[in-house]
Amino acid sequence: MTIIKPLLVAVLLASSFAAHAKYNGEDRGKPMLPAQVNAKWQAECSGCHMVYPPGLLPAASWKKLMTGLDKHFGVDASVAAADQAEITAFLVANPSNRWTATTAPLRTTEGEWFKAKHGGIKAEVWSRAAVKSKSNCTACHTGAEKGVFDEHNIRIPN
Amino acid sequence: MKLTLTTTIAALAVALPFAASANPVLDGYKAEIKGTFTVAAGEKLYNTVGPNQLACASCHTASPKNVGKHAKTNKAIDPLAPSVNAKRFTDAATVEKWFKRNCNDALGRACTTQEKGDFMTYVLSIK
Repeated sequence: MTIIKPLLVAVLLASSFAAHAKYNGEDRGKPMLPAQVNAKWQAECSGCHMVYPPGLLPAASWKKLMTGLDKHFGVDASVAAADQAEITAFLVANPSNRWTATTAPLRTTEGEWFKAKHGGIKAEVWSRAAVKSKSNCTACHTGAEKGVFDEHNIRIPN
Repeated sequence: MKLTLTTTIAALAVALPFAASANPVLDGYKAEIKGTFTVAAGEKLYNTVGPNQLACASCHTASPKNVGKHAKTNKAIDPLAPSVNAKRFTDAATVEKWFKRNCNDALGRACTTQEKGDFMTYVLSIK
């Protein structure tokens, strides 16, 4: 009995850890977009691409991303220092609330949850003109920019 | 009195086309280098392909009047020419932000004030 008790505690701890460590801890947040969004974030990010809800990545990812805007996936996306600080603060205040891994990818598509959820999609679908890239969430997830990624809002273009 | 009014209207009619073509941002560049800018130099720059195989025209298309398309993300880009998009070249900070980004991407370096002025002179000339 004295042995069983600590064992039970250990098993309970392990199972609760496993629940949190879904997708190896690289799990996106929920909710992914706060009710109040930052206007600078909206304006600056949407200048070149869809706005990615901050809950898609952990705070460490956003910090890293926001300090390298002059070389942003091969493009110069630099913003004024004050805007950079304001946008970073918004992202870091609303990151994924499920991410327990210490990893901090710059690409949402590199997260384990992304890979697990999109594993069944054929290469041919990704390469369709209306999709073009895995980073183009809105091609299929019609509510992506509002943080809605559930299966009811998916429309895969031909 | 009637004569004065007519003269005033006539004077305005002459002056207006010039007033309409003036752009404070372009004036700023002009004052900065005390130089002159040309449509031809701006058009040449617009079509110059840089080290990354990108030109301004790659995304903004052959004419600044057209809706463009981002080379990487496919996102639509509103026309550059103020003749079809009045919001363009109205805010100096925004103009500077995009020159910094796009000169780096297309030319692999910063643009000079001369180049920015030539570029704007070309884009503003598109009617």
